[in-house]
Amino acid sequence: MSANMVALAYLVASVFFILALKGLSSPESARRGNLFGMVGMAIAVATTLTLTQNWLLILGCIAVGGTIGAIVAQRVQMTAMPELVAFMHSLVGLAAVFIAIAAINNPVSFGLPAILPAGSKLELFLGTFIGAMTWSGSVIAFLKLSGRMSGTPIVFSGQHMLNLLLAIAMVGFGLWFFFSETTNWTAFIAMTTIAFVLGFLIIIPIGGADMPVVISMLNSYSGWAAAGIGFSLGNPMLIIAGSLVGSSGAILSYIMCKAMNRPFLSVILGGFGSDGGAIVATDGTQKTHRSGSAEDAAFLMGNADSVIIIPGYGLAVARAQHAVKELAEVLHKKGVNVRFAIHPVAGRMPGHMNVLLAEAEIPYEQVQEMEEINSDFSNTDVVLVLGANDVVNPAANVPGSPIYGMPILDAHKARTVMVVKRSMAVGYAGLDNDLFYMDKTMMIFGDAKKVVEHMVKAL
Amino acid sequence: MIGEIDPVIINLTVFVLAVFVGYHVVWNVTPALHTPLMSVTNAISGIILVGAMLAAGPTETDWGVWLGAAAVTLAAINVFGGFLVSQRMLEMFKRKDKKGNA
Repeated sequence: MSANMVALAYLVASVFFILALKGLSSPESARRGNLFGMVGMAIAVATTLTLTQNWLLILGCIAVGGTIGAIVAQRVQMTAMPELVAFMHSLVGLAAVFIAIAAINNPVSFGLPAILPAGSKLELFLGTFIGAMTWSGSVIAFLKLSGRMSGTPIVFSGQHMLNLLLAIAMVGFGLWFFFSETTNWTAFIAMTTIAFVLGFLIIIPIGGADMPVVISMLNSYSGWAAAGIGFSLGNPMLIIAGSLVGSSGAILSYIMCKAMNRPFLSVILGGFGSDGGAIVATDGTQKTHRSGSAEDAAFLMGNADSVIIIPGYGLAVARAQHAVKELAEVLHKKGVNVRFAIHPVAGRMPGHMNVLLAEAEIPYEQVQEMEEINSDFSNTDVVLVLGANDVVNPAANVPGSPIYGMPILDAHKARTVMVVKRSMAVGYAGLDNDLFYMDKTMMIFGDAKKVVEHMVKAL
Repeated sequence: MIGEIDPVIINLTVFVLAVFVGYHVVWNVTPALHTPLMSVTNAISGIILVGAMLAAGPTETDWGVWLGAAAVTLAAINVFGGFLVSQRMLEMFKRKDKKGNA
């Protein structure tokens, strides 16, 4: 194929990738969008195949990797999506490093001059260090998310100083590599090693609660790594696809930070969101709460006109999605208007809760985002909070509170609030929740799944 | 004029425009589909497969080719895994749509 034909085919593939993302603007067009993505990828791979000789080796490797990918995609549990995504980010990062090393070893096979020009070296440096950091950072994120490593932030004194020094050293070795006349492997290897270590150090101080930000950020990095390799190889398709992914991840990080009311920088610097919830704000006075049974709650909901259910990650932990779906169906049959309200950080990654509810076959028309539903709480009879805490804490409206300014679901505005929880323990933010002590609030203690099953039975 | 421009500048032009396109397209993605968005972008970043194929391409086999082959395998996991798991998730959103219409 001529170089021009290749470039045109790559352009077509790039357009398909844009259409893939565009398709995700609504659930109706999303599957077609995904299909566009696959078509784009097929065009890209078929075109590239004409530029290579080792067909047997390449197709063999694609078959092996493809089979592994297909099996993983088939078997993964929807609750484990964050781990899967982190795992896949790490692969992109590692692949980028491998490609950069191969390009330095044999530039001619990539259509680059035998002696690498300065520009290419700079681009390879960028692609490699972003790739290396993506890899080690994602590995840590994967270990934390899958529970193989504690979600508690690992902090030590001088941490930021160490990171800064390592970053400077990395750039130093990068410059050395850049200015060397011949291929300076020592500088390159030192730079790559430091980048690996840095990726690791940057993620360990970030706590479990901030994981949605971390995943989005690594998603962004993996895109920039691909774009960096695209620059090195002078391949506009890699640049376009990488930039799409990079900006997508960046936007998701921004949305997640905003939903938690946390400045991006402070998430990255870490140390927040310990699982234990160490600081409990107590003002000395003993506050009282009212508790009730699942049957009482069921009775109230059965007689209500409108019910909004607020699911939190506790719901997924208790595997109560299907029980909740039954509850919603029973109420619906009784003529109750049932809706679900989703806070952006309800799950472990952006949009996670929507997928979990979709898996339980809850119609997505009933599932609404915070902005859509918040104004409706004041004329809702019953709000049922299931395994959520901080995202319904009215302290977010009180100046001076640690979570002041965080957008919340206005559950406290409803006529009756029911909270299903295992105990009065605090959430990730380590704050007491005034919602639990309001006169109109009824606490129902127990495992979310069992409580909901009782409710269904009582109805 | 085109002949005088450094290819790096042309690539930079493509990059900046692509970031803008990405920015506008992604803001239109409905929040309910943010998880599939992430798995689709995961698959798309598997486009690095193209670079890996070039690394594994030359017939004179040295260690660089094997490194390329390893990268092809890793990227292929991403491409297949990403698109198929997105398909699986989007199927769930679709199924309810049918039920809703019925």
